[in-house]
Amino acid sequence: MTTGDLQARELHPPIPPRRVQPSRFRVDRGTGIGLGLATMYLSIIVLIPLAAIVFRAFDNGVSGFWDTITTPEAWAALKLTILAGLGVAAVNAVFGTLVAWVLVRDRFPGKRLLETFIDLPFALPTIVAGLILLSLYGTDSPIGIDLAFQVSGVFMALLFVTLPFVVRTVQPVLLELDQEMEEAAVSLGASRFTTFRRIVLPNLLPAIAAGTALAFARAISEFGATVLISGNLPLKTQVAAVYIFGQIQNDRPAAAAAVSVVLLLISLVVLVSLDALQRWGRRRG
Amino acid sequence: MPCNDGAGAVADASRTSTAASRIGLRTVALAYVGLILLLPVGLLFWRTFENGVGEVWNQLTDPSALHAFRITLIVAFFAVLGNTIFGLGASVLLVRHQFPGKRVLNARIDLPFAVSPVVVGLALILVYGPHTSSGGWLADRGVDVIFAVPGMVIATIFVSLPLVVREVVPVLQEIGDEQEQAAWTLGASRPQTFRRITLPAIRWALAYGVVLTLARALGEFGAVAVVSGNVIDKTQTAPLYVGSAYQNFNQQGAYAVAFALALIAILALVVLNLLRPKEHA
Repeated sequence: MTTGDLQARELHPPIPPRRVQPSRFRVDRGTGIGLGLATMYLSIIVLIPLAAIVFRAFDNGVSGFWDTITTPEAWAALKLTILAGLGVAAVNAVFGTLVAWVLVRDRFPGKRLLETFIDLPFALPTIVAGLILLSLYGTDSPIGIDLAFQVSGVFMALLFVTLPFVVRTVQPVLLELDQEMEEAAVSLGASRFTTFRRIVLPNLLPAIAAGTALAFARAISEFGATVLISGNLPLKTQVAAVYIFGQIQNDRPAAAAAVSVVLLLISLVVLVSLDALQRWGRRRG
Repeated sequence: MPCNDGAGAVADASRTSTAASRIGLRTVALAYVGLILLLPVGLLFWRTFENGVGEVWNQLTDPSALHAFRITLIVAFFAVLGNTIFGLGASVLLVRHQFPGKRVLNARIDLPFAVSPVVVGLALILVYGPHTSSGGWLADRGVDVIFAVPGMVIATIFVSLPLVVREVVPVLQEIGDEQEQAAWTLGASRPQTFRRITLPAIRWALAYGVVLTLARALGEFGAVAVVSGNVIDKTQTAPLYVGSAYQNFNQQGAYAVAFALALIAILALVVLNLLRPKEHA
């Protein structure tokens, strides 16, 4: 397993029923206590706070919520976040698959090292990523590319933090893939490109979709990597997470909560459909 | 190690055209990883040591930086402790016990993956902030949550909550419960069975999850930035120090602490790599 696996793996694998259990519907005392404690922990830390955000966002009803997210600043931040997320997801779908392919099918010196370092964006604190991207693409860039306070800078930062997702979902599938099909296609005269398009790609598509969805969900929620390089310019480079942070600092929790609800909703829709897709794929075998 | 020998078979079929396309693909892939990942990380090392090792040492031993590292360690310790205990308990509950609403609990544990760190911070402020009823009630009893260490621990627990569970659950499923049943039959108590049978079987998965949690806890920025108030020498963690130092034009300080955090991240990756083969053996 790798660091990437944890995001890459199916979000909630099926839990098989316990085999030896006299009565399936009687919850014994130990289970009850454990369940109570786990639910309490989860409620205090995750569920109640998230519910509080939803309540706060709809303090002034649905129209109040709508007015808040359609202010020019909030709307621009949401639009930029979603568009950048889609763009980053698309680049990841192509290059992530390519990197996975090279890691599985190619052999070259330093491959083992590369294999380890692919996960670095998951392990590296996001603010460290933000800092190094600003020093590379900032005003005193050593390679002469100044993307600071521009949308393209935000885009590069998001590409950095999402790099491992598609690589890590596609890699295991590619490893398991039976190469006899490809050999058959090649021996029947198919070109390498046709073989890839007709044989390999259909097998990889679910994994590519999963990785891309995870990369998108991560991209729209990213804060640490983008906060420095975006320069926090409202209507220009301000992404939703940075907008929310600003609203909290300015003591406007209602505006922060409304935009948070939109982000939460998008992430949940993406992750739930991904989960449904995987269940469907598993049923089909 | 994914070195696939079957690749050679396909390659044999059309060796000449393959070599060119293979090198082309390799070049593009390596160029992409190099540009997106290796170049920025390499630059961090260069920038950090631009002014010599002595300067890095001075920056790292700056009292505020040291304080930030101490706060980071305290917060990470409690977050890892909480999530390890919860992770073990929840995994055993999900795999070995039967109760209504299991799928709901299973899905809710993954919820933190869908939440932006800043949103985590906001959510906690709305419930535990000093101006809320629950936060006020706690403050009356002398417990400050927001702008204090407890809130930072809760925020860190939130963002790293699924990590241990997601590593341990598959292994628990895989090993099955025959050995545990045998131990019970032979008269072992539940705690004895857990300690002697279950725990040794899942120890590598557990260690993996704990290292993941630790790495995440040491590096969390957004959620902690919101709930801590980022007060220097009080609630400032090492990642917050990096952001603040940079914005206050203390670039050397920012690079030095960022470098230290990057080293920890790389160390975590190496440890995870060492744990990996044992788990699958």
